[in-house]
Amino acid sequence: MDVMPKWADVILIPLISILLAAILSALVILAIGENPWAALKLMVSGALGSTYGWGYTLYYATNFIFTGLAVSIAFHARMFNIGGEGQAVLGGLGVALACLFIPWPHWTLALLGATLMAALFGAAWAAIPAFLQAKRGSHIVITTIMFNFIAAALLNYLLIGALKVPGSMEPATAKFPEATHLPSFQDMFNWGDTTFFRGAPANITFFVGLAACLALWALIWKTRLGYEIRSFGHSESAAKYAGISPTKIIMVAMLISGALAGMMAINNVQGEAERLVLNAVEGAGFIGIAVALMGRSHPFGVLLAALLFGFLYQGGAELALWTSIPRELIIVIQALVILFTGALDNMVRMPLERLFLSMRRART
Amino acid sequence: MTDVAPAIELKGISKAFGPVQANKDISIRVMPGTIHGIIGENGAGKSTLMSILYGFYKADKGEIFIAGKKTSIPDSQAAIAAGIGMVFQHFKLVENFTVLENVVLGAEDSGLLRPSLARARRELKSLAEEYELNVDPDALIEEVGVGMQQRVEILKALYRKADILILDEPTGVLTPAEADHLFRILENLKREGKTIILITHKLREIMEITDTVSVMRRGEMTATVKTSETSPPELAELMVGRKVLLRVDKAPATIGRKILEVKNLNVTDSKGVHRLKGVSFDVHAGEILGIAGVAGNGQSELLEVLGGYEKATGSIRVNGEEIDLTGAHSDGQSRRARGISHVPEDRQREGLIMDFQAWENTAFGYHHDAAYQRSKLFMDNAAIRKDTEEKMARFDVRPPDPTLAAKSFSGGNQQKIVLAREIEHNPDLLLIGQPTRGVDIGAIEFIHQQIVALRDQGKAILLVSVELEEILSLSDRIAVMFDGKIMGERMPQETDEKELGLLMAGMSGEAA
Repeated sequence: MDVMPKWADVILIPLISILLAAILSALVILAIGENPWAALKLMVSGALGSTYGWGYTLYYATNFIFTGLAVSIAFHARMFNIGGEGQAVLGGLGVALACLFIPWPHWTLALLGATLMAALFGAAWAAIPAFLQAKRGSHIVITTIMFNFIAAALLNYLLIGALKVPGSMEPATAKFPEATHLPSFQDMFNWGDTTFFRGAPANITFFVGLAACLALWALIWKTRLGYEIRSFGHSESAAKYAGISPTKIIMVAMLISGALAGMMAINNVQGEAERLVLNAVEGAGFIGIAVALMGRSHPFGVLLAALLFGFLYQGGAELALWTSIPRELIIVIQALVILFTGALDNMVRMPLERLFLSMRRART
Repeated sequence: MTDVAPAIELKGISKAFGPVQANKDISIRVMPGTIHGIIGENGAGKSTLMSILYGFYKADKGEIFIAGKKTSIPDSQAAIAAGIGMVFQHFKLVENFTVLENVVLGAEDSGLLRPSLARARRELKSLAEEYELNVDPDALIEEVGVGMQQRVEILKALYRKADILILDEPTGVLTPAEADHLFRILENLKREGKTIILITHKLREIMEITDTVSVMRRGEMTATVKTSETSPPELAELMVGRKVLLRVDKAPATIGRKILEVKNLNVTDSKGVHRLKGVSFDVHAGEILGIAGVAGNGQSELLEVLGGYEKATGSIRVNGEEIDLTGAHSDGQSRRARGISHVPEDRQREGLIMDFQAWENTAFGYHHDAAYQRSKLFMDNAAIRKDTEEKMARFDVRPPDPTLAAKSFSGGNQQKIVLAREIEHNPDLLLIGQPTRGVDIGAIEFIHQQIVALRDQGKAILLVSVELEEILSLSDRIAVMFDGKIMGERMPQETDEKELGLLMAGMSGEAA
């Protein structure tokens, strides 16, 4: 018998968590002498008040969908993949190589090819820690975080060396050729003289992200592989009894995880920057952890959480732009949301469970 | 006799965990100098009640009187101060300390250890003489047997001047001879005026040693009777709430061809310890081979090897075909394909995934079966659910709801879910470990009937159990394991608990 109805677990707890984070953020804003209500209004209007704002919100959300899904699938196999950052860096490398060195005739093919390369590179980067975990018992948290640093160093090395434009002073690749440019929302939603999403970076990758959510949902809940992954994640001893190979599950789950993290690169590298620069991932790999926690590792939960974090990112940027609230404070607000939705889950859950219990007892 | 105050009196104790009422208005009087048994099925609330008495839980309602005085027991320190000692089912000993150090731990006289140890050594010696509680004070806990570990636990309590001793399922890990020894110790303690509360689910122990017995069912105390005035069937009925069949009805076995042939099986675990040492035996169609033995003598490893998830050397043949023991395809899947089903010893750790719903657990291990697939990629969840519903009806699983998580079912119903899954895949050989551990008496009856019915269909069954009664009543042939070896085989009608007990303790039957 579950203590709480499902809707309370899925909707009420995250809502209360966000509310608590918002209250605390308001206090912080008050403390530095700004008006929290005005700040909230600015965040909402900046992130959701125009198609331009939406264009940014959805762009950030797309990044978080991929990294959030990456962390989620690993969670289902009870693997804590905190290497999404590095895997996304490598995904970027894959995208750059695909776009720069293959003469694509059309963007659709370029998208397909780049996605494949991004997934391949991300998966390859996850494969080494996964192998070490499966065969040698090296803890995945330690190895994946180390691989983040190695990935950053590798990218550095390539961007000031082999991939740099000769003669340029900037650690970046050349601009990708025209045929690889993905249609942005501005290109896609453009009827007559009204242009939506003008200048915003959201692009077709958002729909790839939606498709990824759907595909992962089907994988986890409808396929044999998902069943095996979940079995292993819940009980390794039971999985062994059933004849499910731990090595296989660790490898497969981590490869999918790495591939998803890598696929983020089609959004930020191919879709937005249209070249590979240093620090293109901008911490999205780590945000993915919070997104997965908040989304309860369910693809649709991840989608909602990614939208929320997209809103926070864009709204925060607007705040920094228009008020004297310093940029650092935006990070504090984001951190509060992560703290409450991710780390302090039980703080909200326990009293709520007690409440539901006493309500049920009162009824009987 | 009314002028003697009870050693312990509980009045109206109630305790709830969330929606579960573990103890409901329980009142009980335990007279000094008696052995008082508390019997009940798993989850009847025995352990909760004792935990309240020992200060682990706080009762929601009710009062505790010790020797006639109202006492509050907020923690175990208070319980010890009130003269209560507890011997837990799972011993609470420091493995790499000596017996003496364990006895003193937490009861040191001062900051310096030496005088405490010296005093403890003297006291241990006198206790040993008084109660037959002989231990080697300088042995390391990890190097002595469970029987001695349990005596150390009793000594710990006595060293703290306990007058009331609570023992929680004390014989679960003991051989029959060790259990007899324990009972002698308890008799000695009783003679010296100590009060003993014995928690158990074994009717035989209650009949053998207690003066008074209280029966618990679903959190309530249903009866307290003088042991001399009751009988096992009556107690069973009080425990379950209806009449139960205590013995197993079965016709003589019709032995068929050889299904399982095990030769010279050896297992070495990751620490280099030999768990199985040259085990050989056969199981035939239409036969139940019971493996008796104290837990930890290689039975678990034997099941794991046969079930495909432990590596071994030697030879296993099923239906005359050699089975690969170490290769890449030696796993649970390949065993199931060979017609071996396995009800594992620990259903919560292996047999079920506790967070999965019942229907997901029904496919567990058989999730490659063609009947459960909708296409190459997708599983047919609807078909699995329907199959689960049918299985639940046939095996009387309650409540019959396939979407309930496994952890929401009682132990007996969880075991029925596993049993339904394994039996209904129509195996040639069924491996079954501790079929009724943590299962209520009502379900035990049902499970035993199912095992016998499977045998009568001409299937081979390998039964591993630490319950000697179960082995004796179900098996058509009995093999006894000790220290990774088979000590001997006996026919159930030609042997008894005493002889098997000797074999379980490692004494060769022929020499005895």
